[in-house]
Amino acid sequence: MLSVTELVKGVLSGNRRHLARLISLIENEDSQAQEALVKLYKHTGKAHVIGVTGPPGSGKSSLVTKLTAEFRKRSKTIGVLCVDPSSPFTGGALLGDRIRMQEHSLDDNVYVRSMGTRGHLGGLSRAASDAIRVIDAFGKDIIFVETVGTGQSEVEIIEVAHTVIVTDVPGSGDDIQAIKAGIMEIADIFVVNKSDYPGADKKVTEINTMLDLDPRERVWRPPVLLTNSRTGEGIAELADKLMEHFNYLKESGLLEQKGLQRSREELQSIMKYKLTQELSHKLQGKPEYEKAIRMIAERKKDPYTVAEQLIAEFLLSEIR
Amino acid sequence: MSSSKKIRVLVAKPGLDGHDRGAKIVARALRDAGMEVIYTGLRQTPEMVVRAALDEGVHCIGLSILSGAHNALFPRIMELLKAEGADDILVVGGGIIPEDDIPDLKEAGISEIFGPGTTLQEIIEYIRSNVKL
Repeated sequence: MLSVTELVKGVLSGNRRHLARLISLIENEDSQAQEALVKLYKHTGKAHVIGVTGPPGSGKSSLVTKLTAEFRKRSKTIGVLCVDPSSPFTGGALLGDRIRMQEHSLDDNVYVRSMGTRGHLGGLSRAASDAIRVIDAFGKDIIFVETVGTGQSEVEIIEVAHTVIVTDVPGSGDDIQAIKAGIMEIADIFVVNKSDYPGADKKVTEINTMLDLDPRERVWRPPVLLTNSRTGEGIAELADKLMEHFNYLKESGLLEQKGLQRSREELQSIMKYKLTQELSHKLQGKPEYEKAIRMIAERKKDPYTVAEQLIAEFLLSEIR
Repeated sequence: MSSSKKIRVLVAKPGLDGHDRGAKIVARALRDAGMEVIYTGLRQTPEMVVRAALDEGVHCIGLSILSGAHNALFPRIMELLKAEGADDILVVGGGIIPEDDIPDLKEAGISEIFGPGTTLQEIIEYIRSNVKL
């Protein structure tokens, strides 16, 4: 068993096995994972994180594979995190995105990791953001995060990615689909993949029409690009746009703003989690807790008042 | 075993062999048994199989082969795993493998060979009870 110090040293010096091991610890919510993340935090924040989201079968994995090849030509190192759904019934998962990425499997400058959602909704897994952080500390220039095949409202990817690509394919619904809320609002770049299919140009027009109606005044209007992951058509242009977007974020100060916002949300969510843990730990098995629950069920007390009382008694009293 | 620890399995098709129905059925069964299964797709070299296993942090590798090249490919995969210090990963094989070849494959480090007629439940049970989490 590796110590946390060894793991951290391994990750920082480019040891893939240590990287893989640490991501497993994060997924298993092992206590060592947090210790390692504490030590790695200052080494993170360098990578360009690119989210790729869109419906199942819209070519996300193939697109990431082609983009990886393109960025390798440009001497960038690449990390890929692909998330696939876990079964809500058995907890099992078939992680199949790697199949399409095998052409890079022996490139030392590419690291690919598959993850199951393990019950998490929103398009990613609970461990995703920490895993991205570790791959960042490992030193990859660009990290692609491929979400599960999304429907309409799995928009969590905007919380971890600097640039979000939304993929779509020709013939996937009419122009009403394009003006619905949710996933169509989060794109920094739209990609209409499988450009050789009939209806590709129509799809581009529909998305552009939707963008024309967007009331937000944005300096960056998401471009709509046509790609073909089989022939590689449009991939170089997409890679250029991705770089352009990252530069735009840097120069406009948005990158800094996003970073602040992200840190604020993350701190809040960690505090919330810790407080909840602390509280349930303290209340577990306490007779007055069980009694209060019974009284609420019998309508002798109301849950609103009891909640305030319990928080005051078990949490706040000690902090003061 | 804590409930958050999941068995991760790589199902791999090494060598030049285009038949993966068996591998897919096993992958599906392991999924339904609550495991996380990573499928590599066809025509993998031993190097690709080992790299995928290490990067994905799997506890078990299931090799499926019908081409007859198991005597060359399986031991090569075990050698590479040993060289990486990853021979704690459970490796099992399946497909069309003659009885006579099995002792040598086990000698090379393959824990078990599942031939035609094996039930999916046998494979699941074997992995569950032999994998090192």
